[in-house]
Amino acid sequence: MSALTGREAGARRAAAVPGSRTARYRRRAPGEPRAVGYLYVLPALAVFGVFLLWPLAQTGWLSLLHWDGLTRASWAGLDNYRDLLTDPELRAPFAHAAVLLLFYAALPVAIGLLLTAALTRFRIRGMTFFRTVLFLPQVLAMVVVGVAWRAVLAPDGLLNDTLGALGLDGLARSWLGDDTWALPAVGTIGTWVETGLCLVLFLAGAQRIPRELYEAARIDGAGPVREFLTVTLPGLRAELAVALTLTLVAALRNFDLIYITTSGGPGNATSVPSYEVYRRAFESGEVGSASAMGITLTAVIFALTMVVTRFVEGRSR
Amino acid sequence: MNAHRHHGRGRLRRPRTALGALAGLLLAAACVPGTDGSGAAGAGGAAVTATPDPGKAGKVTLTVWDQQTRGGTNAEIERLNKEFEKKYPNVTIKRVARSFNDLKKTLKLALSGDNPPDVVQANQGYADMVAFARAGMLTPLDGYAGLYSWNTRFPQTLLNLNRVAPDGKRFGTGQLYGISQEGEYIGVYYNKKVLRKADLEPPRTWQDLTAALPKLKQAGELPVQFGNLDKYPAIHTFGVLQGQAAGGAEPVRETVFGRGGGFDTDATRTAARTLADWAKKGYFPKGANGKGYDDAAKQFADGKGAFLITGTWQLADLRGPMGDDLGFMPPPPASGKQPVTTGGEGLPWSITSKSDHPQVAAAYLDFLTDAHASKVMTEEGVLPVVPGKAAGKLDPDTPNGQMVAGWEKLNAADGLVPYLDYTTPTFYDTLSADLQGVLSGDLAPGEFAERTQQEYAEFRARQRTDGGDGGDTE
Repeated sequence: MSALTGREAGARRAAAVPGSRTARYRRRAPGEPRAVGYLYVLPALAVFGVFLLWPLAQTGWLSLLHWDGLTRASWAGLDNYRDLLTDPELRAPFAHAAVLLLFYAALPVAIGLLLTAALTRFRIRGMTFFRTVLFLPQVLAMVVVGVAWRAVLAPDGLLNDTLGALGLDGLARSWLGDDTWALPAVGTIGTWVETGLCLVLFLAGAQRIPRELYEAARIDGAGPVREFLTVTLPGLRAELAVALTLTLVAALRNFDLIYITTSGGPGNATSVPSYEVYRRAFESGEVGSASAMGITLTAVIFALTMVVTRFVEGRSR
Repeated sequence: MNAHRHHGRGRLRRPRTALGALAGLLLAAACVPGTDGSGAAGAGGAAVTATPDPGKAGKVTLTVWDQQTRGGTNAEIERLNKEFEKKYPNVTIKRVARSFNDLKKTLKLALSGDNPPDVVQANQGYADMVAFARAGMLTPLDGYAGLYSWNTRFPQTLLNLNRVAPDGKRFGTGQLYGISQEGEYIGVYYNKKVLRKADLEPPRTWQDLTAALPKLKQAGELPVQFGNLDKYPAIHTFGVLQGQAAGGAEPVRETVFGRGGGFDTDATRTAARTLADWAKKGYFPKGANGKGYDDAAKQFADGKGAFLITGTWQLADLRGPMGDDLGFMPPPPASGKQPVTTGGEGLPWSITSKSDHPQVAAAYLDFLTDAHASKVMTEEGVLPVVPGKAAGKLDPDTPNGQMVAGWEKLNAADGLVPYLDYTTPTFYDTLSADLQGVLSGDLAPGEFAERTQQEYAEFRARQRTDGGDGGDTE
């Protein structure tokens, strides 16, 4: 990832300096530091190595063992990974995470874009206030969010009371305790949290788009939809990449919300990989299996962010 | 990383190979975890012949990790610690108090480190105490039990909960690895006012209780307050129902200890059916799987619900807001039968095998569990394992008095079944998840019995084939 942004930055710089050519840059830009450069990043690299690479390598190693966390471990080879593929109970959390991607990433981005389109077209008084309110969920600790929503979604909570008051008793249910509804209910909390982030990002990006482009589009007779598709959306490409990366990662590493609201229940209807990692490693003493799941989750997150950078950000220029 | 994309870019290649080499080195340096442990459960008990005198041990700091963070238990421990330090001025107690969950999660790491605490509270069952004993991290206490007459101080049923077999494969038998201070059991709290409103007496038999449920429902009251969002409360309710269906503690207890007939029994099926039935008939709050345990207790205290089936640990919190309206009893037995319920003792206090002062620690354990400690606990509203004189003086009509009387009755009748989640290392997960299914009607009682039995049988089979060299327990 860093390589990519590095190249971009270089390309932009190259374009800014008249006469320089990208072909020459590709060998080594003039004045670019050589081996000594690594000396400067060495401290950061050391920290990175000790606190990130070392634990990661160790987790990878543990994932190849059967270990209860206490007694002598035994070699497992790829058993733990094979279990991930074959055991439906271990596969289910990944399926749940996929559903949560929809709620944590797709929906907030869609809502954010929609609101941005509306807000760029119409001037609204007190914009800062609304922006703050919408961003607020991001500032709150997830534990607070979880506890509050748990009360809202309880069988006799605010949501069901409201439904009852509207005469919609038939819709009221035990949201977090219902096999079908628990996952969407948790997902909705995620949507609530992430939408604000997306909207604020997009609004900031939209302010950067030159007004002339909108004026030109309008002169050409573009309606709101056309205007959004030809001006706003392309202008927001970088923000879109950031928003997608952040929300995708939030969806996949979602732990606190599950821990607070459902503990993976009812049954295992809302178990997700990160919660499963914790449960296996610290509760049921299956450290090897937990590590394998953690490594797999890391790989999935890595792959998805690569896809986002490549397709949303990568070809933008 | 997307390799072909970066191919041929020498500038980037170098650090990447360097990182690769680094990672490889780290992998090679990592050794098989657990190899430095002392292997299977430690050999003999402590070789002590005379009662140790902590006063002569010189300057000693005893590090103690406990989970006595609730009101009464915290007060009781603080008092006892202070008194112990006064009795032995050369001993300093360094107390680390953590909630049950926090302690459970951090203890494993602390014990496998080089410098573990001297005394710890480790939960019973395969996931904790058995695993620790098997890894040789706890000191067997049989020697001290003889010296301090712990063997006669506590009922054997309760001591057995803290025993682990020498091969480290099963518990309920073998060497003693801890002793407990408090007793606890799942009982039935009732709201006298709500019962009166429905024109009912507190039930004396199980038949009374089940007959009261439809009447309460008809009177517009919620029969049983219950919230199972946290997943474990149903284990307690199910345990009570199973005990009733089995007609006694023995068969289920033997199964938990790995010697019984297993879980696919009539009692399990009947209990699961009753649980599903109560939910279907509206004896529980609607959507109980989506309601928190604490919320349920709070609503019960507010007068919503005639009964609440949960542990003695809630008594102090309920007594405050409910006052004289609160009543408590062990689950009433079927007429002509003895009482039976889920219960046992608080987390056992154990001595770690790396402790430098095991004898002082043993004296501390004795101090925490003797007659004087019982008195202190009773004064602070905590149920002592062995209720003493102070407990006998409690007014039998108060919830506190009812709790102690119920405890004595249960012990006399040998009516305690250990928590069902002790059964296998992962039984808590299976049981709590499946009981949510039973409650929502998604899992048939018969299927539930089969599933629990399957996990039980698989674990037993693994226990049998598992070599004695301390292999994996996964």
